[in-house]
Amino acid sequence: MEKVYLDNTAATPLLPEVREAMMPYLGDVFGNPQSLHDWGDGAREALEGAREQVVGLIGARADELIFTGSGTESNNLAVKGLALAAQNRGKHVVVSAVEHFSVLHSARTLAKWGFEVSEVPVDKYGMVDPDDVRRSLRDDTVLVSIMHANGEVGTIQPLNDIAAITVERKIHLHTDAVATVGNMPIKVTDLGVDALSLAANQFYGPKGVGALWVRKGVRIMPLLDGGIQEGGRRAGTENVPAIVGMGKAAQLAVRDMADRSRRLMALRDRLLKELPAGVAHVVVTGHPRNRLPGHASFGVEFIEGEAMLMLLNSKGIAVSSGSACTSRALKASHVLIAMGLSHETAQGSILFTLGIDNTDQDIDYVVEMMPPIVDRLRQMSPLYSRFMKGKGGN
Amino acid sequence: MPVYSEKVMEHFTNPRNVGEIEDADGVGEEGNPVCGDMMTFYIKVKDNRLEDVKFKTFGCGAAIAVSSMVSEMAKGRTLEEALEITPQSVADQLEGLPKNKFHCSNLGAQALHKAIQDYRDKQKKGGNDNGR
Repeated sequence: MEKVYLDNTAATPLLPEVREAMMPYLGDVFGNPQSLHDWGDGAREALEGAREQVVGLIGARADELIFTGSGTESNNLAVKGLALAAQNRGKHVVVSAVEHFSVLHSARTLAKWGFEVSEVPVDKYGMVDPDDVRRSLRDDTVLVSIMHANGEVGTIQPLNDIAAITVERKIHLHTDAVATVGNMPIKVTDLGVDALSLAANQFYGPKGVGALWVRKGVRIMPLLDGGIQEGGRRAGTENVPAIVGMGKAAQLAVRDMADRSRRLMALRDRLLKELPAGVAHVVVTGHPRNRLPGHASFGVEFIEGEAMLMLLNSKGIAVSSGSACTSRALKASHVLIAMGLSHETAQGSILFTLGIDNTDQDIDYVVEMMPPIVDRLRQMSPLYSRFMKGKGGN
Repeated sequence: MPVYSEKVMEHFTNPRNVGEIEDADGVGEEGNPVCGDMMTFYIKVKDNRLEDVKFKTFGCGAAIAVSSMVSEMAKGRTLEEALEITPQSVADQLEGLPKNKFHCSNLGAQALHKAIQDYRDKQKKGGNDNGR
């Protein structure tokens, strides 16, 4: 059976070169980077080498990068840590309605700790209007956190325009760039942000390692106490093998990014065009153009995402969905609902996220497999028969 | 893949009794797209027995398997027997359902009971016009 992996937003495959680079650190070079002997030196050199590689990917300085255990940890550290460090100046934080839960729920935690949180809405493409950010700012606002691109609908936010506002108002801006770093060219100095989250498993590095870039001079309160690692901002013995892998993946991303995104965009555009052409009542979710290179997401009317996902899996195709049934909490994606999609359409959410291993043949296969699967589920759907009867009656 | 039993997977892959009954004696619907799943059951009654049961379901794999199982459990039974089908007995027949799916997706029994109620209401209202 064909095997087509189209869930790169969940995890990207580990590049063989990355695995190779990690191997010594799962073997002989096991020292603790903080130790003052040769074993420690070997690990420390690897750690600092990886730091140089990662900041090379985002155009930053090495001493501005904090390695973490995931994109989620980076977002927690950014939202809570930046707000807490600034709380003597004010206790108001602004986020968008479509942030990842690691930002939204961190903001919710801040609210429990006495902060006030404003959520700026998005339009039907999932895009934030910078004027809404401007209007949400108050004298006591200390942090704005708006993601760079949304992993569920692919929409890229107008971050430069938002940064122009926060810079003018001298308010810190954090961006969750987990979906974009490694997949799009990024220079933190050009973006105008003060902190930026990234994760290795979005660009063919290992899981369990992320980073937070914090502009030099910006204060941040650590969430983990108990050690001097990462400049005292993230205590805990460093995950050296994973960090080395992240460094190698960053280096390869710098080298290959242009090629990768050109290929991914071509495949993405085929899906965005051919799927709705092959199946009736399918809408593209997210922005039609300002979207992640390998990201194609849809709402398939009258059917539910988990059922689609399972039938696609039985054909060897891996995808994801924002439907209520696919979430453990059984709630439709907050992103799709914030964009104003009906619950019916959100239930039919399906998400194809492409990676560097995908080919035109993969797209051919998906475009061939989708119509019978959708048709089969629609034949079972009371919503579809109602729709068809309504149509026939007119 | 969600953690579904083999039985759930089997009914999801090959659902029984999918469809509508044009001249159904009773129709029952349960759920809504907001909670995720929605099921419509159609029944045909003869001599107090469910001569035919069909369903349409909008929902996840579990919801489809539940509907299929309920239709199979109900077909040929008396109305009283069919009313004894419960979400628990459906889940048991399916060799279990994931915990978080038990309430949301396990609406088949209720939808079937509503269809039977619909049939009985019609009987009361219109007299016995199904005197076959």
